[in-house]
Amino acid sequence: MIVSPRHALSVWKRNFALYRRTWKLNLLPNFFEPILYLVSMGIGVGAYIQEMGGTSYVAFIAPGLVAVAAMNGASFEVTYNAFVRMNFDKTYESMLTTPIQPEDVLAGEVLWAMSRATIYGGCFLLVIAAMGLVSPGRALIALPLVPLTGLLFAAIGIAFSLRIPNIDLFSFYFTLFLMPLFLFSDVFFPLQERLSGVWLYVAEALPLLHPVRLMRAAFAGHASAMVFWDLAYIAALALALLLVAARITRRRLMG
Amino acid sequence: MIVECQHVTKRFEGRVVVDDLELEVSAGECFGLLGPNGAGKTTTLKMIYGVTAPSEGSIRVFGVDVVRDPRTVRKRLGVTLQENALMEVLSPVDNLRVFGRYHLLSESEIESRIEYLLDFLELRSHADLPVQALSGGFQRRLSIALSLMNQPELLILDEPTTGLDPAVRLSLWSRVGELRAQGTTVLLTTHYMEEAERLCDRLVILAEGRVLVEGAPKELIRRHLARDALEIEQDPVRHGPVMAALPGVKTQQAGRRLMLYADDGAALLQAAERAGADHAGLHLRPTNLEDVFLALTGTGLEGGA
Ligand SMILES: Nc1ncnc2c1ncn2[C@@H]1O[C@H](COP(=O)(O)OP(=O)(O)OP(=O)(O)O)[C@@H](O)[C@H]1O
Ligand SMILES: [Mg+2]
Repeated sequence: MIVSPRHALSVWKRNFALYRRTWKLNLLPNFFEPILYLVSMGIGVGAYIQEMGGTSYVAFIAPGLVAVAAMNGASFEVTYNAFVRMNFDKTYESMLTTPIQPEDVLAGEVLWAMSRATIYGGCFLLVIAAMGLVSPGRALIALPLVPLTGLLFAAIGIAFSLRIPNIDLFSFYFTLFLMPLFLFSDVFFPLQERLSGVWLYVAEALPLLHPVRLMRAAFAGHASAMVFWDLAYIAALALALLLVAARITRRRLMG
Repeated sequence: MIVECQHVTKRFEGRVVVDDLELEVSAGECFGLLGPNGAGKTTTLKMIYGVTAPSEGSIRVFGVDVVRDPRTVRKRLGVTLQENALMEVLSPVDNLRVFGRYHLLSESEIESRIEYLLDFLELRSHADLPVQALSGGFQRRLSIALSLMNQPELLILDEPTTGLDPAVRLSLWSRVGELRAQGTTVLLTTHYMEEAERLCDRLVILAEGRVLVEGAPKELIRRHLARDALEIEQDPVRHGPVMAALPGVKTQQAGRRLMLYADDGAALLQAAERAGADHAGLHLRPTNLEDVFLALTGTGLEGGA
């Protein structure tokens, strides 16, 4: 079945109605997380580093942390929250008593995860623009990369959530997947300079690497042909995972 | 015809849960699906509103093939799920609003529908409190209100009154009556035989996915058992002699309770006393749907899944 945009939007609105009630509780911790990294690593560790990638250390890690904020904003939504909605709160079961179809549910959830990514990544982008780590013009160029990062991690996360039988398995996802991505995807040091030979190509599989590199290009204001590869990677992986997710969603919701 | 099921079979991993079901619900009717736990009632409803596809057979709702075009069908019906699925931190009004959007109603339609339903289901007193603070009866009424947001032509109620107190149940029965007076067709499941007798024009009793009987409640009683029922509550060792002394009388047994059926209740009572039934435990009453249900599905638990 084809996605009905208006029904998908009604799923988005459902999540938004709930978020409006609890946004203060939700926003603050997520908002501070990247700021804490920026301060501790950028200013604390950065004090011992002359420069990295041609800039101050804090300016080096800032673009990557925007991508990380977007990744985290989207991930939480399509893992724990979506799992609870599907398996405990019977939210999807109740949606499917109306004209909403499983594909609309999936589209609405992904759209919502992208929105959460945009809220967190966008807020953080504002903060670092205010700190002078990026010019307003380049921040504006970086902005669309935030929901794009959200889309990628919404697709990865929902594909994982749909396959696991037990909510406890999310701790694997966060500590054994997202955490290593966070540490080794070019955010804190130039990954490519630490690798050689075939590893250079293997590293290209890391999903977070591509949004981080795009974000860095936007911040620096100059792009190489690598941008096309990064965009193609994100689009292809997100699309492939969403097609798989659509099939599983239908099977899971329509026993 | 509002609902037509033809040769509908549903299997889960090879296990037959609904078996060659034939069912027709006509416009304006209140139709009941009865049967013990696991009989396949909820599964049948899910196939009818198109969230589970039948393994075999075809289902038309409003004349539309629900497997082919579930959106069209679900636009015109409402479903109250067996278990409430509410947004607990939101108020009843917000829950209704979200549901109205699922149906793509305009914001003004939503508001006027909410106004109507707050009165219709007596939700106004707590309309702005978080749902988690509300009683089970209130939450159930809200669930029913959600399924009425789109002014459905067909209302599907899966055990609407399970766990509710008698006052709430009575009030819901009269709401169902009002909806029917407005022309709504109702399809419900229930474990309460009194509810089925009061509400349903016609019903089926299912067991293990198969229809055992179909008909109007009164007609089913007449068809299957005599007019009067005599209940005898006594030590089960005394059941045997009583039954032996009354050959040809239809009986059924559930632990300490023995039930006997005859058209002349008074004569049956006397005969039972002569046969040595415990005087203190005798109770004569008209035969009801529960007697038929038990006679057809059994009084033991050995068959239940
Ligand atoms: N998704 C499913 N996968 C496997 N088996 C299922 C599934 N859904 C229902 N069943 C099985 O199908 C049978 C019928 O279930 P159903 O929920 O339709 O019964 P019911 O008549 O509604 O029972 P109750 O009165 O307890 O609500 C049960 O044995 C149940 O375990
Ligand atoms: Mg059921």
